[in-house]
Amino acid sequence: MANQEVLIEAKQLVKRYGDFTAVNGIDFQVRKGESFGFLGPNGAGKSTTMRIIAATLTRTSGEITILGKDPEKFGPEIKAHLGVVPQTDNLDNALTVEENLYIYGRYFGLSKKFIAPKIDELLDFAQLTEKRSVKVETLSGGMKRRLTIARALVSEPEILMLDEPTTGLDPQARHILWDRLFRLKEQGVTLLITTHYMDEAEQLCDRLMVMDKGSIMAEDSPAGLIKNFSTKEVLEVRFGSDRNADVAPQLKEMCERIEVLPDRILMYADDGEVLLHDLGQKGLHPLTSLVRRSSLEDVFLRLTGRTLVD
Amino acid sequence: MAARQGSLVIVDVDRIKRHGALSVVEGRLLVLLKYIPGLTSAAVANPFLYLIAIGVGVGKLINAHSGGVDGVKYLTFLAPALLSTAAIQNALDEVVFPTLEGFKWNKSFFAINSTPISGRQIANGILIASLVRVTFSVTIYGTIVYLFGGFTSIRGWLAIPTSFAAAAAFGAFIMGIAAWAKNDDSFFMVLGRFVMMPLFLFSGTFYQLSSMPIYLRWIGWLSPLWHTTELGRYLTYGHHISGLMFCVHIGYLVAMFSFGMRFAHRQFEQRLAK
Repeated sequence: MANQEVLIEAKQLVKRYGDFTAVNGIDFQVRKGESFGFLGPNGAGKSTTMRIIAATLTRTSGEITILGKDPEKFGPEIKAHLGVVPQTDNLDNALTVEENLYIYGRYFGLSKKFIAPKIDELLDFAQLTEKRSVKVETLSGGMKRRLTIARALVSEPEILMLDEPTTGLDPQARHILWDRLFRLKEQGVTLLITTHYMDEAEQLCDRLMVMDKGSIMAEDSPAGLIKNFSTKEVLEVRFGSDRNADVAPQLKEMCERIEVLPDRILMYADDGEVLLHDLGQKGLHPLTSLVRRSSLEDVFLRLTGRTLVD
Repeated sequence: MAARQGSLVIVDVDRIKRHGALSVVEGRLLVLLKYIPGLTSAAVANPFLYLIAIGVGVGKLINAHSGGVDGVKYLTFLAPALLSTAAIQNALDEVVFPTLEGFKWNKSFFAINSTPISGRQIANGILIASLVRVTFSVTIYGTIVYLFGGFTSIRGWLAIPTSFAAAAAFGAFIMGIAAWAKNDDSFFMVLGRFVMMPLFLFSGTFYQLSSMPIYLRWIGWLSPLWHTTELGRYLTYGHHISGLMFCVHIGYLVAMFSFGMRFAHRQFEQRLAK
């Protein structure tokens, strides 16, 4: 991947709205065929960065090139190579599933001859063939999301941008969507994804940029981030909301690091089971306990002192 | 499916820069075609009701009392104004609803703007599509006026292009306002009660503007409806206007259209970039 062509490159990218800085001097590169994720809570600057890349928002300062071009000078040329899936589906509710794909192709100036077979392919890809002639307003949330993704693919884009692709979907719909995105990734489509779901980021992204308050906190592969910023395992213990704070100092001495959350304490160690055994030896018996592997949520907590859903 | 994904350059950007607005028109017409039975019914029923009630009913009284208005029978006098009013109303329907929908209700303009089509092209496309509907409606309206005997000669049909001019000028301006408006509830209330109604009543629609007290005539002077009605009456039956006023009417409509489009372009581009 490191030898692949750089498709997107940002240097000291800044976006301000009056006194508020949405994106605060970030640098990053995205290579061809890569699945690159922006991970962070709401307001981290992910969507703003995406909109600058999509050539629909101007930057305040810094440099950015997409496919070697400045989006402020070559907006239409860049947009011709992008497929955009916004945070909220903005399909045309008055039209059918098929017509939504058709007209979006026409917005890209594609011929009717090109679009006709493309619609069949995309309906099949999005598992919406049977809904072809149905009005969009009658579709479920998951179906609308898949249609929005299919729509973004009508022009065979070089880069597919997905802003919070599974927010608001039930677990089954999320897994279907992930499966579709995996297929695209396998076919070599460059994916750019923003998410505040750690499982989504782990599942879909080769490389992640953790953002908070407009800045980059860390950048690496999901596994690399966990390795560098957390331990192998985490022991979650609950002593009851009144006692958690009291026992925290004792727990702190027993492991690499702890995080005291309102309802539980997270203890970071490479072997959670051993740690749990040690607690018992010291006469500390939590009401509940859980040993799990470290996740990106733990990385984010370490980097920002907050959880992703704060 | 996507074996070719990203490997082909299939989008002709230069073509989109030239013709992108026409794709927006195609999108709007695709939606309008779904409502064609309703649109056709309205386009036929409205003129019938108006012409029976005002043109024939009130016209009979006026014709009997004073032999018509401005030297012609009342329906002939009224026809250019009614056509312009219908044109304006159709244009407003087709610029206001899609604009509010595109920016606020389902944000479809943001979807279009993520393709190589610009905000300016979206605005152009919406206005052109509205004028397609205007042409459809006023042609039906004109035909019904003709059947009612409202056109005294072939020149009567010239009321159609003048009404089209009213729709283009006012439609462009209102499209800009709709893009600028943040509160769509009060927008409809203000537009209906404080803009459309006074324009309809005080633009010399049912009588000559010169019959109004001088302190109310300014409403007509500002109204594109009055300017096109005057032009329509001049072209259809020879209503007297001076060469200067002919130029003023044309100039006013051109200025309103130009200002309206510039304003709409600006609003569309600013709102899409927020």
